[in-house]
Amino acid sequence: MRWFWVDRFTEFVSGSHARGYKNVTLAEEALDEYCPGYPMLPPTLIIEGMAQMGGILVSEHFNFDKHVVLAKIGKAKFHQPARCGDRLNFSVKMDAVQDLGATVTCLSHTGDTLQAEIDLMFAFLEEGRFTNGPLFNPGMLRDMLRMMNFFHVAVDLDGNAIPEYTNI
Amino acid sequence: MGLSQDEIFEKVQEALIDALGADDDEVNRGATLVGDLGAESIDFLDIVFKLEKSFDININREELAPEDILTNDDYVKDGVVTANGMAELKRRMPWADMGEFEQNPRVQDFGNLLTVGDLCNYVGSKIGGES
Repeated sequence: MRWFWVDRFTEFVSGSHARGYKNVTLAEEALDEYCPGYPMLPPTLIIEGMAQMGGILVSEHFNFDKHVVLAKIGKAKFHQPARCGDRLNFSVKMDAVQDLGATVTCLSHTGDTLQAEIDLMFAFLEEGRFTNGPLFNPGMLRDMLRMMNFFHVAVDLDGNAIPEYTNI
Repeated sequence: MGLSQDEIFEKVQEALIDALGADDDEVNRGATLVGDLGAESIDFLDIVFKLEKSFDININREELAPEDILTNDDYVKDGVVTANGMAELKRRMPWADMGEFEQNPRVQDFGNLLTVGDLCNYVGSKIGGES
């Protein structure tokens, strides 16, 4: 199974916010067993989608040089299930940044309806302490971002295209 | 900012309840963050974020976690903080009550030193609250 829980970026402003969506489809095995007879995307995978989008927002802010990992879920409120056929519109906003980590606030909407509110904290793994070398094989992160349309929409705060990173 | 001690405590308490999932009656001034409230290392980063936001302050890593002192051979011998090390810790963290730790200053016990009251004192020192 592909571990991609964001289908497409639609907006990305470096260090500020990102928007995108996840289409929920009946073809996904993850929908089968969470609530038998009532196919829905498990809330944990919505958190994972937010974490992927938020992690990219934080990681790009540091030029993809830091090892960014999800460290803590500060809040996760789900107002309605994510059913097959739903498009989850994600919006992620950078909340705070420190030299050891960052926090983001995330919303998921289906149409005009608020589906979930999630606050996440990311930490940066110290080189040599918890990890050695990059978290991704060469080119893997770039391919993932390409598939998610990231480079089509990613701009800096002045509206200019983000740099072409060679380290991803 | 000019907050009273009670106002500082209430905001610190709110941050700790939020970060640690603790009950409000557990978060009293004498409670230790690690031993009594169950804070783990990653929670300290969360607490820092919440305090920075709540009090509009910047918190440097070394101020709350003086690892550079506790791993310095000039200040630690055989896992015990030396007199010079204690002096450096007190200089760095004048807001912390080191009385009990000083009686048997093993580095491994330092993590359980900080209390809610210490955190209030620290925040007070950052914002110039009433003493």
